[in-house]
Amino acid sequence: MIDSLMSKYNYWIYIVLMMIGFYAMIGKKNLVKKLIGMNIFQTAIILYYISIGVKKGGTVPVLMEGLPHAAAYVNPLPHVLMLTAIVVSVSTTGVALAVLLLIYRRYKTLEEDEILKSMR
Amino acid sequence: MNAPQIPAAILIILIPLMSSYAIPLLGWRWRGAGYYLALSAIGASLVCSLILLYTVLTVGTIHYHLGGWLPPWGIEYVIDPLNGFVGVVVCCLSFLVTVSSRASVEKELPDKKVRFYTIYLLLFTGLMGITVTGDVFNLYVFLEIASLAAYALIAIGEDGAPLAAFNYIIMGTIGACFYLLGVGYLYIMTGSLNIADLAKLLPALYPSKVVLVALAFFLIGTAIKMGLFPLHVWLPDAYTFAPSAVSSFIAPLMTKVMAYILIRVMITVFEPSYSLKAVPVGTILTWLAAAAILVGSILAIAQSDFKRMLAYSSVSQIGYIVLGVGLANATGLVGSLLHILNHGFMKACLFSVAAALMLKTGGRNIYQLPGMHRRMPFTMAALAIAALSMVGVPPTCGFFSKWYLILGAIEAGQWIFVGVILLSSLLTAVYFMRVIEIIFFRPAPSGGHATGEGVRDEIPLSMSVPLWILAAGILLLGLFSEKIVSGILRLALPAGY
Repeated sequence: MIDSLMSKYNYWIYIVLMMIGFYAMIGKKNLVKKLIGMNIFQTAIILYYISIGVKKGGTVPVLMEGLPHAAAYVNPLPHVLMLTAIVVSVSTTGVALAVLLLIYRRYKTLEEDEILKSMR
Repeated sequence: MNAPQIPAAILIILIPLMSSYAIPLLGWRWRGAGYYLALSAIGASLVCSLILLYTVLTVGTIHYHLGGWLPPWGIEYVIDPLNGFVGVVVCCLSFLVTVSSRASVEKELPDKKVRFYTIYLLLFTGLMGITVTGDVFNLYVFLEIASLAAYALIAIGEDGAPLAAFNYIIMGTIGACFYLLGVGYLYIMTGSLNIADLAKLLPALYPSKVVLVALAFFLIGTAIKMGLFPLHVWLPDAYTFAPSAVSSFIAPLMTKVMAYILIRVMITVFEPSYSLKAVPVGTILTWLAAAAILVGSILAIAQSDFKRMLAYSSVSQIGYIVLGVGLANATGLVGSLLHILNHGFMKACLFSVAAALMLKTGGRNIYQLPGMHRRMPFTMAALAIAALSMVGVPPTCGFFSKWYLILGAIEAGQWIFVGVILLSSLLTAVYFMRVIEIIFFRPAPSGGHATGEGVRDEIPLSMSVPLWILAAGILLLGLFSEKIVSGILRLALPAGY
């Protein structure tokens, strides 16, 4: 039991992080906290992808002399995919922050319930 | 047979993408450039999509390898009858909506024209990219391009728009991330990201629970993105508060393209025998869809805001599309594909009418509309045609997609869904007939409006011509629906159907 937990600890961390982010996105009333939750959520997925590329004893995926087989290298593809996902997550954060600025200028608060009250 | 490598497959993405970068450069000197550049880029894409569909139907599936890398290593664009069809629908509707966007952008966003059309083209690029790509990760990238552009476009709307956009960002990101997780689980199992390759590798792995988890993530991710019933909460606010030009672009297209992703995942990446029948996904989808159809219609009846009413009606129409997928038979799938086309035309027409009303009256409350048929007779006639089509009156196209859906439900032996479709037609009639009754039959308030009663005040030609093409399209698509079904949609069905 402990063994199976420990040998795949990176996946457990990914799930825990993802759930923390998920809770913040859904349960928090403050919009900035929601945004931070979104970032944690996306980072958890990045961690997950990085984990699936890693091999025990694998090395940097640059072809070296004496190591002709792919098995000796870490799988670079998930890492490359995550470069794209990081860019996406940065731009999502950018757009979200810009939207938050708009909201703050209009309502002078970032608490969702107060905004909803003043919208009525 | 050699797969034809025709450049239209990549130009359909490249032209709008490059034009969107050219707009700020040109718009620096000439502020009106955005509209014309956006229009010509989308027009060029429309031509490309027609070429692609024609080639697909005459020669066969098109594969375009990016950078000359062969699949499954490189990204490839694949156009088969299914996405050829969706591509033409998206291009055609975007072109018409873009033509009509000019006046309402001029009125609602006079100082943001340049930026507006830049983001607008990016959104179009994203939607086209989702349609033509044959790679699940590339699809995620285009999904995010489209979503980010949509968030920004919605946020520039009126009072409640930023909060609506923020909620959409949160929900949309959850949806896209779930999709990405689904991709990740499939990658663990197969080591491939190419859709055709996945379809080949997956059947041997169907007993695995990981594949099941991937399917679940795909399902929930796309369901959030297209606003399927319990996950639709972002949709009404986003559609209501967005600028009119944006809501008439996003409402008919965004959710349809997301529904296309669902169909692609359910029938191409996975085999329908697994994804819809072996696990109870088909049953879940049909029941959610039935709930969406009814709840959407009932909530639409409760609205007094015209755009919000249309938004809830979108929730219910998404239900129709998903219902057809969930029924897991050929007739149902044809019905939902046809409904993607038909509902696109109907919603584009209705939201264009909403944009026209915003332009001329500045309001959206349906109780302020009495006597409008005297002020804008042609626009209101188009509204009446679209409303009849939404209800499903025979010569209009809305009837035919419902017809196929009902046939599909009967074929599957699910009589309860036949009842749901009929009941919802009745509910749709209730909320549209209320609008029509107010507009056409209620006497106009005397002296309430400065323009006075009976004064003709039609929308500019750039708005009324596309509106009338859409309205005529609703009638023509109805008349020619048999041709579309036998000529295109039957070919789009997977082999096992």
